Amino acid sequence: MTIPTSSTAQVIPGQGAMAAPESAKPGRAKRQRFLFLKNKKASFGLVILGFYVLFAIIGPWITPYDPDARSNDLIQPPSADHWFGTTHLGQDVFSQVLDGTRPVVFVGFLAGAIATVLSVIIGITAGYLGGKTDDTLSALSNVFLVIPAIPLMIIITSILDSASNLLIALIIGLTSWSWNARVLRAQTLSLRRRDYIEAARATGEKTWRIVGFELLPNLTAVIASGFIGTVIFAVLSLITLAFIGIVSAAGWNWGTILFWAQGQQALAQGAWWWFVPAGLAIAFLGTALSLINFAIDEFVSPRLRSAGKTKLKTASGGTVRMRIGFTPVLSNSAEPHTRAQIHPDAMTPVAREAAK
Amino acid sequence: MKYFLQRIAFYLFTLWAAITLNFFIPRLVPGDPVQSLIAKFRGQLSTEAINSLYVLFGLDDDKGLWAQYIDYWQQLFRGDLGLSFTFFPSPVSQIISDALPWTVLLVGITTVISFLIGTGLGVFAGWRRGSWTDGLLPVTTFFSSVPYFWLGIIAIYLLTGPDSFFPSSGGFDSALVPAWDQYFIPSALQHSLLPALTILISSVSGWILSMRNMMVTVSSEDYITVAHAKGLSERRVAVSYAARNALLPNISGFALSLGFIVGGTLLVEIVFSYPGVGFILLQALGAKDYPLMQGIFLVITIAVLVANLLADLAYLLLDPRTRKEG
Repeated sequence: MTIPTSSTAQVIPGQGAMAAPESAKPGRAKRQRFLFLKNKKASFGLVILGFYVLFAIIGPWITPYDPDARSNDLIQPPSADHWFGTTHLGQDVFSQVLDGTRPVVFVGFLAGAIATVLSVIIGITAGYLGGKTDDTLSALSNVFLVIPAIPLMIIITSILDSASNLLIALIIGLTSWSWNARVLRAQTLSLRRRDYIEAARATGEKTWRIVGFELLPNLTAVIASGFIGTVIFAVLSLITLAFIGIVSAAGWNWGTILFWAQGQQALAQGAWWWFVPAGLAIAFLGTALSLINFAIDEFVSPRLRSAGKTKLKTASGGTVRMRIGFTPVLSNSAEPHTRAQIHPDAMTPVAREAAK
Repeated sequence: MKYFLQRIAFYLFTLWAAITLNFFIPRLVPGDPVQSLIAKFRGQLSTEAINSLYVLFGLDDDKGLWAQYIDYWQQLFRGDLGLSFTFFPSPVSQIISDALPWTVLLVGITTVISFLIGTGLGVFAGWRRGSWTDGLLPVTTFFSSVPYFWLGIIAIYLLTGPDSFFPSSGGFDSALVPAWDQYFIPSALQHSLLPALTILISSVSGWILSMRNMMVTVSSEDYITVAHAKGLSERRVAVSYAARNALLPNISGFALSLGFIVGGTLLVEIVFSYPGVGFILLQALGAKDYPLMQGIFLVITIAVLVANLLADLAYLLLDPRTRKEG
């Protein structure tokens, strides 16, 4: 492993272990299991998400004030007493943000789970069975895809007066499964004719077993990334519904805070602390989830990884930009087209002979 | 042509599904919503409005569900969406047709510009993968995670003020009367700049990212290597070979995500008090104006379907495979 400008290790990071299989045997299983976490985007996103889940669980218990309690400190800027300032009724914004974490995380994950289950059932059934079933289910998911989801949600939630968080999660889940179903159907279609599936069919495996044990494990990444995407969408939808004031019965969440801030003209009074924390909380949660999703994409398709350094200095001092599918030619001479110095130990016997 | 007819059939089917959904949603409400509405308005509703409410919620007992459904369609074909009770006694269709041009111009133009800029930047970021452009991605991710309306609030806070160029609300100067003249148009443009910028910033990152990923995938194809080997200029390979092929999935993605974008932009209108459909929707929600809400949902759906059809036409022009007969 002493090749100085080892171009392969540069282009495919994380697969350097391939070059020395015998020495890496004991550590290999471990490395494989946590490979996903080695991605900086994944670990960063998961850490932030962990904080949100933590605050969703303990948030309502550690709030310094009752989020509904009024006090005489009206519209105060952030201070030691009130970290995020206070509202027009003297309520503590920090307590409201903490208390509002639980419904957001709850609705996000529940709606994501509902949509994922639906999309797995519909997408895989359509892709695997094909024919009339496929036509019907594809038409169904395309219809749901094209009908604008947010206005539909707004109308349903508004008609079902004072909906609970559970009901809102259900509504969001039922209206946002279609994109994942479409992606899963396409993926199932491409897997369905692979040799190992044909082999499973030929050996007489039952359909449920082929779907459950042959197809599903190979769709894990697609399902996971669809789940995360739906969670982002569900969080934004909940905030939207709360911001226009049609779920105010369901307790505090970040959208409710923004609803009150907007309704009480927080802007005109210069009360930036009233709406900035809730918005940043949404933005960071969304960023964390998107980072996890990018990491999944890169995990599945290594081409998408940010390749780090693509400009390489060759031994002779020239610069080459590496690009996938394109091998840079360094000179026009008849000599072998490389100036990389190969260490004698790393040479194949034939090359060593030739070098002499 | 066959492809095109198939798409038309699909859109007609979707339209039917949306209208049917619109018909059934009010009928899902438990109890007697009309009584609670009458109680809420304490005699402000005319008998005519109350009757139309009973029809809307399917509570007039002397008709079966099927007869109601037929009636509903007949009303729609006459362009009759009922009477609004926020703006009583204006018909819903008139209120919406007043608001619709604002939304279509603002959202339509902004979305197309956002798509063009995002795709252009995405081509660049994908082709120059590994250079400083990769640093662009975390920034755009952050902006795409921010709700549209929150960005609007921040923009109003930071950029508007008594002596700022940007007005903080409305669609035109309140001293002017809407007309196609030299006073009104500049004022309308000035008022739409900030909402447009908000929509642009929060929607552009999605296009950058998907185009970048398509470019990265496409640029490892064999025909790109061949184009390089032929000695074509870098620019020609990037634009005519890689970008042209990477664009197709992005266009179908554009069509499919229109429904999502429209939902977000309605909120921007609310924040900026922009006189479009979103702002009307907010007023309808506050007053529990169900006929108006349903009319808005129907019109938004139709607008998205038309936009989808246009995107399909663009696809037809760009991808010769769809034009193949048979």
